Amino acid sequence: MASRAEERMQRQSARNGWLLSLPALGLLLIAALGPLLIIFVYSVLTPGQYGNVVWEFSWDGWVSILFTRDIFDGTLGLADAHLTIFWRSVSLSLMTTLATFALGFPTAWFIATRPPRQRGLWLFLITIPFWTNLLIRTFAINEVIRQEGVLNTFLLWTGVIERPLSIIYTDTAVLIGMAYVYLPLMVLPLFAAIDRFDMRLLEAGYDLYASRWQVLRRVILPIVKPGIVAGSILVFVPSLGAYVTPRVLGGGKNMMIGNFIELQFLAGRNWPLGAALSVTLLLIVTAALLIYVRAANRGSNPHG
Amino acid sequence: MTEAVTIEARNAVKAFGQGDHVVRALDDVSIQIRKGEFFTLLGPSGCGKTTLLRLIAGFEMPTSGTILLDGADITELPPNKRPVNTVFQSYALFPHLTVAENVGFGLTMQGRPRAEVTARVAEMLALVKLEAMAGRKVSQLSGGQQQRVALARALAPQPKVLLLDEPLSALDLKLRKEMQVELKRLQTETGITFIFVTHDQEEALTMSDRIGVMSAGKLQQVGSPKDIYTRPVNRFVASFIGETNFLPATVVPGGVRLATGDVVEVAAQARGDVTLTVRPEQVRIVGAGEAGAIAATVKFLVYFGTDTHCHLALADGTEVVARVQSPASGEAGIEAGSAVGLRFASGAAQVLED
Amino acid sequence: MAERRFEIGRIPGFATVAVATFVMLYLPIATLVAFSFNEGNSIAVWEGLSLHWYREAWDNQAVKDATARSLIIAVCAAVISTTVATMAALGTTRRAKFRGETFIYVAINQPLMVPEIVTAVALMIFFGMIKVATGYQGLGYLILAHSAFCIPFAYLPIRARLEGMDLSLEAAASDLYATPWKTFRHVTLPLLGPGILAGAMLAFVISLDDVIITEFVKSGGQDTLPTYMLGQLRRTMTPEVNAISTALLALTVMLLTAFFLLTRKRD
Repeated sequence: MASRAEERMQRQSARNGWLLSLPALGLLLIAALGPLLIIFVYSVLTPGQYGNVVWEFSWDGWVSILFTRDIFDGTLGLADAHLTIFWRSVSLSLMTTLATFALGFPTAWFIATRPPRQRGLWLFLITIPFWTNLLIRTFAINEVIRQEGVLNTFLLWTGVIERPLSIIYTDTAVLIGMAYVYLPLMVLPLFAAIDRFDMRLLEAGYDLYASRWQVLRRVILPIVKPGIVAGSILVFVPSLGAYVTPRVLGGGKNMMIGNFIELQFLAGRNWPLGAALSVTLLLIVTAALLIYVRAANRGSNPHG
Repeated sequence: MTEAVTIEARNAVKAFGQGDHVVRALDDVSIQIRKGEFFTLLGPSGCGKTTLLRLIAGFEMPTSGTILLDGADITELPPNKRPVNTVFQSYALFPHLTVAENVGFGLTMQGRPRAEVTARVAEMLALVKLEAMAGRKVSQLSGGQQQRVALARALAPQPKVLLLDEPLSALDLKLRKEMQVELKRLQTETGITFIFVTHDQEEALTMSDRIGVMSAGKLQQVGSPKDIYTRPVNRFVASFIGETNFLPATVVPGGVRLATGDVVEVAAQARGDVTLTVRPEQVRIVGAGEAGAIAATVKFLVYFGTDTHCHLALADGTEVVARVQSPASGEAGIEAGSAVGLRFASGAAQVLED
Repeated sequence: MAERRFEIGRIPGFATVAVATFVMLYLPIATLVAFSFNEGNSIAVWEGLSLHWYREAWDNQAVKDATARSLIIAVCAAVISTTVATMAALGTTRRAKFRGETFIYVAINQPLMVPEIVTAVALMIFFGMIKVATGYQGLGYLILAHSAFCIPFAYLPIRARLEGMDLSLEAAASDLYATPWKTFRHVTLPLLGPGILAGAMLAFVISLDDVIITEFVKSGGQDTLPTYMLGQLRRTMTPEVNAISTALLALTVMLLTAFFLLTRKRD
């Protein structure tokens, strides 16, 4: 259909698009995407004696994700320690998601219902922690909840408690920390969804005899659902791969997958297992993102 | 004497999309635009008028066909090599430049000496009466002033053809009327060929030397405003420009016969079933039963100040609108429900082939 | 008696939770900042106002080296990532959709999606091989890694700016006899400027803040400020860490404020 001149222009435009993107793609290939492929290869190699790998094919890395070989008779049994870590990662990530939603939804609603001139400022107050160093924020929460931290000092001083609360280095500490650092990731997409929400629908709801609770459940939540899905994924995904927060607040023992992966590499124990764990994490995250993309598409096209 | 042709499109086709979704925005359009005329492309949105303009400007290439400027093929020439300038619908003024820098942009890009640019910019700003605004940023100007800057910018390099893409659509009614006069003045003073795109038939009728009416990617009719209004070639042109009545009719010797049996004397080349069109102001209301008049009943009246629209029904139910002068106060006018007769002004009724 | 109005957007309890959330969000940071000015060496017991720990950090050679290293890496990463991201943004916006465009988009945003710990170990393995093969141990690896994961942060604001730009401006420039290069030089680039600056600032902040990838990629003695701070965890923490954090925080807030002023819609 298109004339030759048109085709030539289109081809040229596509070629320029690729040429201009090439430096970025090259850099990403060397220092981000490419190395990820190595992880796949390493997951099916044999662990070396002092860390690293021996270039011999083996499924052991994958098998040892879930199973452990008995030292005496060589039979496979479920690796309880690993399962505990997986369970902790998943359950802590889910609880983090819930906690950030419980706090984030009212916050996002509050921001969205401010007068337009104030809204920007409230939003800015959410974005500052969002862009602030994760380590610094983790340190900050650490100073609050540690044994001799601000919270305990305050509670002891007021006489509410007699002995300091032992929060630090527990799963609760990790949960508090993750909820704290990932809260902005929940608030921002929720705000975006609520901001698009047509407040006249509330008037219609109340006009049709709905109570506040019914309006919330039957009108608001279904309409802002894409924002809820987005926020949940944005919190769940980094929670699952969290490394800094469990390391600082969980101490050495309350590990999550991220720390477990590190352990396999830095302690030089089992690189193929570490690689297999990384691939697993990658796959879970990809699955979560695909759910997100599908939900987002459905949100933008209500008739599809 | 044949007038010189500046812009010519030959069998221009522009198709968008691929596979099953090909849309022909421009469907085999051929047109000749004469040197120094004010030519208007008129049509509803999506009729292809802006596409034709973009082909002439060089922003798009035709799928097939050629564009000629002064007889030379410019179809594949990029826009920066065509002596053709555009006034954009959004004005497209550079927000990071001052008014003077905007106006001088084309000349600077052509590499003209700075003194010439300065002089020409001053001249153009005087032409659009914006001398005082030279140093302002364009964001500090009102809509009407931005419009003038856009005009000055496009005229500064003295193009052979100026293209105007619905330039008045963003202005309010009063300003639009002023700018219509202003545009006409600029065109006369500069003598540059203007190609003006609009969907506003009134704008087209008042400003143009000639009008090209477009619909569905095709050129329907080209002619002077009076031609287009009084001698529309088809139903689309007749209904798009001004208001009109359509009456189903059959060709008989010496005229056409309406569904009511009345015969209207009119020149008709066609045979069989046709449509008779007549403008409301050409319908005369006479006494009921007058010889040769078509019997009708007044359904209701709509008052427009100096005029009143009489909505009438013929015996077979066909609706006809007549525009009559509103009766002076105290004077008895036509009343709804009354039986009347209709006549068409001589030569005003026209036969359209469907 | 005050008249009670039915406020349409009000849901009971929401405002309370929201305000409490804001307090919870800022209280720990405020505490962290406050104790950076503590006279004593506790991060929980207040012993009087002083700049003691800022002086301490300032006199600490390790902190100075880490700061310099952080800044060198962040500047290089910001410049490199912004340059390639600008080109990519120009390549992937405002032209007819072409084969592979979605792939490019996904590839560029990939660092946002992959858990950082996974990229970190992958880079550790890959750069480890190169270190062995070439013997080069310098900052180049960190700069390369930072440049890569900063690309999406630079790309997104630049792309947003480009998409918001009126295409007819460039059409107008070419209509007014500007060649494609002159159009880019005189129209596209000046209008894109704030977007590029915003992208560079985000890239800078992101590079400055990175912990995980740096921790895994760095060679011995290549601590940046964040990895230095992470290392301090093993010892008894003193307000020195608070002082460093506060300084870093101040820099981030300054850059972010500038970013918001730059990207704010101008009327």
